[in-house]
Amino acid sequence: MNESVSAVAALGPWLPIILQGFAFDVLISVLAMALGTVAGLFLGLGQVSRRTALRAVSRWITQFFRNAPWLVILFFCIYLMPFELRIFGTALPFPAWIKGVVGLALPVMGNVSEVVRGGVQSIPSGQWEAASAMGLSRWQTMRMCILPQALRRMLAPWMNTYAVLMMSTPLVSIVGVDDSLRVAGSVLATLNDPALLMPVYGLVLVLFFLYCAPIARWTRRLESRA
Amino acid sequence: MNSVIADFFRWLNAEYGLNFSVFHDAFEWGTFVEGVGFTFALAAASIAGSVLLGMAGAFMQGARSRWWRAVVEAYVWAFRNTPPLVQLYFFYFALGPTLSRAVGSTTPVLSNISWAVISLTLFAAAFNVEIFRAGMEAVPHSMLEAARAMGMNRRQIFAKVTLPLAWRISLPALNNNLINLIKTTTNASAIAVPELLYVASQVWAQNLNTAEMMIVLLVFYLAVIGLFVLLMSAVEKKLAVPGWGSA
Repeated sequence: MNESVSAVAALGPWLPIILQGFAFDVLISVLAMALGTVAGLFLGLGQVSRRTALRAVSRWITQFFRNAPWLVILFFCIYLMPFELRIFGTALPFPAWIKGVVGLALPVMGNVSEVVRGGVQSIPSGQWEAASAMGLSRWQTMRMCILPQALRRMLAPWMNTYAVLMMSTPLVSIVGVDDSLRVAGSVLATLNDPALLMPVYGLVLVLFFLYCAPIARWTRRLESRA
Repeated sequence: MNSVIADFFRWLNAEYGLNFSVFHDAFEWGTFVEGVGFTFALAAASIAGSVLLGMAGAFMQGARSRWWRAVVEAYVWAFRNTPPLVQLYFFYFALGPTLSRAVGSTTPVLSNISWAVISLTLFAAAFNVEIFRAGMEAVPHSMLEAARAMGMNRRQIFAKVTLPLAWRISLPALNNNLINLIKTTTNASAIAVPELLYVASQVWAQNLNTAEMMIVLLVFYLAVIGLFVLLMSAVEKKLAVPGWGSA
């Protein structure tokens, strides 16, 4: 017992970098969510477009990114994207973590697209008819009548998507991004003490739980109010 | 392996430089088939385990004992709100060695494959508990009252009314979660379980045919999930009660 207490005490100096790794997880998830939401919004609107071809293409893209495993998409982005972008002769570096953000944003895009489609289609068709009776164009109706109502209904499933994303963010550790899980592994390799295995991985679990559980609670409150 | 197919992929490699090595190299074809086998085995074992555990959990949540309910609630919250990959690492890298030390064994008590199945099962079951509970709550009260009026006792009502209906109500949500579980089996590659993603990464490390193997991976998973969706919607249709629900 005494030995394990001193082992945990040895962990003290390493805590900040594990926390830093977790902050990196949060940053990656927020960026991926932002990117995925913007892309998913357009894709979702494509799914409810009146143009058959656009609708079909949007539907296929959505299904593709919703159904492929996150880790496979992530591998795809990490291995097949260039390590730098050349724009007008200047090289823009493209580090692994940015590829990770893109790799996570793609499945988010697929999920958000479905959320948008579901939200828009949940608005009664009477709203469309009323708006067209008032002389609004289709895009005006969408922007001023349908989306404001649909956004409220989309909030809870959108937050669910974020929860799923946060659950998948540590996957970036597999492809070499220094997130909390990878930092934890490095710390354990450095200290090389089996007594620390449970506390360190336990700490990572607790960090994720403390971040995700309140979000889940809030989502559930929104769902029950809807 | 069929030689016509092998010849086609050999030609594709020679003519266009698209090296789908797993389809024309006999050795790699063997590892590919094994990888597919491990993926199916992981998925089948954790699907079965998580459905059973989910049912047990939902049943325990209906128990009178407050203690049992609290245990299930804590389990569901813990596993739903932490990443499956971190759970897997915790089980395999932390709990595994600790367990070995505790029993004084120098070799691992459980293999990486066992830990992957345990971890995936526990992760998916946490969601299944909620799904089954929601299904049981959605059985209309009037049905239960009607059953009571017909003189059924509590156990009969549970077995003959609540369970069959709850099962059907739960199916769509359950299917979604099981699809997610099939996709999550790829996490097992992180602890060197030789499932398809792991095998593929070894193949492209040797042949530098990353793009081709990525295509194989994506087509495989999309096909498997497509087939699973078809299968489950056939089950849903078969189980549908005429005139009840919009299945």
